[in-house]
Amino acid sequence: MNDFGPWRALWLSQLREQPGRLAVTALAVALGVALFSGVYMINTGALNEFGKATRQLVGQADVIIRGPSEGFRESVFVALARDADVKLASPALELAVALPRERESLQVLGVDPLRAVGIQPALLGELAGDFVNLFASDGIFLSVAAAADLKVRPGERFDVIVGQQTKSLQVLGLLSAAAYPQRIGIMDIASAQWTLDRLGIINRIDLRLASAANVDAIRARIAATLPPGVTALTPAIEQGRAASMSRAYRINLNMLALVSLLTGAFLVFATQALSVLRRRTSLSLLRALGVTRGQLQRGLLAEGLLLGVVGSALGVALGHVFAVGVLAAFRGELGTGTLQIHPLAYVAFFLIGTLVAALGAWVPAREAARRAPAHGLKSGDAETAITELRPAGLGLALLAAGAALAWLPPIGGVAVFGYGSIAALLFGAVLLVPAASAWLLARAPVSGRVPLDVGLAQLRGSVTQIAVSLAAIIVSFSLMVAMAIMVYSFRQSFEVWLSDQLPADVQVRAAQGSDTRFLSEADATQLSSLDGVASIELRRQSEIALTADQPTVALIARDLTPAGRDGVLALVTGGAGDGALDNAWISEAMQDLYGWRLGDRVEVPIGGTRHSISIVGVFRDYGRSTGAIVIPRERYIEITADRTATEAALWLTADANPNGTVAAIRAALPGGESLEVRTTTEIRELSLRAFDRAFLATYALEAVAVLIGLLGVAFAGASTALARRSEFGMLRHVGMLRQQIVTMLAGEGFLISALGVLYGLLLGAAMSLVLIYVVNRQSFSWSIDLAVPWMQLALLSIALLCAATVTNVISGRSALRADALRAVREDW
Amino acid sequence: MIDGLDFTLREGEYVAIMGESGVGKSTLLNLLAGLDRPDSGRIRFDGVDIGALDDDATTLLRRRSMGFVFQAFHVLPYMTVAQNVSLPLELLGVSGKERQTRVEQMLAAVGIEGYGSRYPRELSGGETQRVAIARALVHRPRLVLADEPTGNLDPRTAQSILALLREAVHASGGAGILITHSQTAAATADRAFVLDGRALQPLPDGRG
Repeated sequence: MNDFGPWRALWLSQLREQPGRLAVTALAVALGVALFSGVYMINTGALNEFGKATRQLVGQADVIIRGPSEGFRESVFVALARDADVKLASPALELAVALPRERESLQVLGVDPLRAVGIQPALLGELAGDFVNLFASDGIFLSVAAAADLKVRPGERFDVIVGQQTKSLQVLGLLSAAAYPQRIGIMDIASAQWTLDRLGIINRIDLRLASAANVDAIRARIAATLPPGVTALTPAIEQGRAASMSRAYRINLNMLALVSLLTGAFLVFATQALSVLRRRTSLSLLRALGVTRGQLQRGLLAEGLLLGVVGSALGVALGHVFAVGVLAAFRGELGTGTLQIHPLAYVAFFLIGTLVAALGAWVPAREAARRAPAHGLKSGDAETAITELRPAGLGLALLAAGAALAWLPPIGGVAVFGYGSIAALLFGAVLLVPAASAWLLARAPVSGRVPLDVGLAQLRGSVTQIAVSLAAIIVSFSLMVAMAIMVYSFRQSFEVWLSDQLPADVQVRAAQGSDTRFLSEADATQLSSLDGVASIELRRQSEIALTADQPTVALIARDLTPAGRDGVLALVTGGAGDGALDNAWISEAMQDLYGWRLGDRVEVPIGGTRHSISIVGVFRDYGRSTGAIVIPRERYIEITADRTATEAALWLTADANPNGTVAAIRAALPGGESLEVRTTTEIRELSLRAFDRAFLATYALEAVAVLIGLLGVAFAGASTALARRSEFGMLRHVGMLRQQIVTMLAGEGFLISALGVLYGLLLGAAMSLVLIYVVNRQSFSWSIDLAVPWMQLALLSIALLCAATVTNVISGRSALRADALRAVREDW
Repeated sequence: MIDGLDFTLREGEYVAIMGESGVGKSTLLNLLAGLDRPDSGRIRFDGVDIGALDDDATTLLRRRSMGFVFQAFHVLPYMTVAQNVSLPLELLGVSGKERQTRVEQMLAAVGIEGYGSRYPRELSGGETQRVAIARALVHRPRLVLADEPTGNLDPRTAQSILALLREAVHASGGAGILITHSQTAAATADRAFVLDGRALQPLPDGRG
């Protein structure tokens, strides 16, 4: 017999009966695939662009020598250029240069063109006719993105801030967007050193080795000769280090997208399970007529596959559009805005979506094939037909596995087991829904009101069917609850941290992320003497490299009085220290990434030499996930003699007006308009707004998942109501009023959704603990204090309860309208 | 479908109505139960014109005064036998203790004493139909409407169910209408008629 012959009629009848339900299921798969593939495409696209940019800058270098932003002496280059293993050495000065009017700083690369072309041959092409011009002392080549951002064209000039001075640079030409998609400028190294006040200083050397063999051995030998804080990397490490900074965010996004895909799979499962249940007589008839067990299973699986194929095809197309849109909207930040994905990736997404949908259809198909045809042909209790779908033992085992996985450490900085724990908890809890529902419903009190009690009896008798229809909504709602608790906890902790970080009234910052703008001693004196300023604290922040394979760590030198340390450092453990100059406080990331502990004595490179510090406290730092070390500024000055600062915190007198002081600071300091001067209140507001914006997309994705889950419940309700028409008819015959049946359905809807909400809240709370204490900690190396958004959860729960109740009533009303009274005679 | 029908059913009477498929037997039952409205003419129940009642009123009339037995049983699968039988009493607000007594009496009367805690899936077809008959009679209705109550049963079980229905209707003191196209079933009624679309003709055996 042809495997699919008998299905055509069955499938078409299904399609005719419930086109909406099938469309929503396919749409759920499509959305899941779209988000999953879209997020992947954006990440891959951005990483490809980033990788291309890095490769362009690194060129054909075998080893890259990198130092802190303050740089190191050119003598290091001289020594390496003479090394027997080194064929070519190309020095570079790579700095983030401050721009006027608080604009984001510009990445400037100073190179020796004659040496650089040996490593970056593409550069020669880029500078084609203007090679000689590059030696102009104030000339710079800009990438298309940088020129567009600065609104300058070749021949025009723009200003940069160095120290307290404003300097002008002339645009010599443009670097092609294909070769340099990022926002960057390239100068001659001598011009860069002169313009940026770094005479005799470089911070990068690209090396080509004489032989491609033994690169690692040579790298290790060279690394041993380098000054403290200067590291030797391979291009692969360089790319990996940069990529690792955004890895946690990318993985989190991917996980979120995966969740949408899983919600789609649960919806396919629910659709297929209920559809198999509804058609159990027809399916058993097919078995009786000669369709084999295997044919039946394959046929039902094919139905799920068809949903998967339609959904996945739509999803891949939507994902492409989504990715193209996002990349175009964030052109510059995420590359050139073009999407280059291997065609096989599209095929892979299509197959993943189809496979996930097939997985959702597999369980109901297997159960239907296993059932003896005689049982299906006998009319009667539908519940017994799917009682096999109650694997409570497996559910409990998965919950136990989920709890155990949460205790395991990350792998390569990725919270693999944390995500595994969430998945196990989610699946385990979903498998336990029937058992839990049965337990809870058995304990629900009888009201004494006939409609409600009949509804309760109906629910008690159909827990597995309820569980099946609730699966998708429980998955999406619990994940939304988990995310809501996690984000709220994060926000609360972030607010407290902000208060600790901003104890003063006004903050003054040299241009954000800039290596060239700073506050001088004279600036500090000027600030202290302003009217209304009671006291001032200076900070000097720089980046230091501790190991070759980790991103740089922030070294923050602060004016700390022993009494004030507790209050301003957001300490998690430890304390103010004993006031000794070697006291240091580390962020939680230093514990996780470098294994440093309270009480340890470690060495760090400061100002080109190694210095011992004693760890007396650990603080929370939401600003940097790659690590930070705070030392007394006094010690920093002692080592480096550098009295400049990158930030100043100002405490005002009681009668001072913060906004007035901001204006006074800008007017008083040279180049004041290029400084970031804000009141603490303003910074708090801006920071919290940025925080909320960052999580807006998360909420939107989750809301879509819940909506799809709710639609799933609505269609399951409509399907059940249709199947119960003869029951409604019988109840009307024995004298139940139409309104009483509606009350019964409302009661059922309320109880079912209350079950879903209660279950989702508990499951979501459990998953939020894993998100907060495992995934976040392992991904970002910072801790979060648990805080529960009671009001938000209550409103969300009420909204869901109302929506599900109303949905059930509407489904029931429409079934009642469809001549329910006569439905009792459909069997006659 | 039915035109010019004039028929009176007296208290205590148990009549059978026969007819070929599509002749309007079910339409007649719907009209009698107030589930359909006649285009013209009147159906009086205890002097009340059923056609003049609104939906809630006819529902309350059915609740108080009618009992139904269906071919496909239509017992609620998620309720026990006792809960199924007690449903009409609950709708009428009969107190718990009395309800329990009457349900037990009814189960005994239809021959399934001690089956109260079982679920319908644990019963045979004949037993399930006995539950349906118990539910139709437990609230002592004035009229029992049975539409092919033995259509899904084997001849032997069918015979015992028909006898039970007749006895139960008589014992309740109400009237009963049995819709069937089986001569054997019709033979269990006090009177039997054939519906020919316009009128009820007495069955040729002379019992009509």
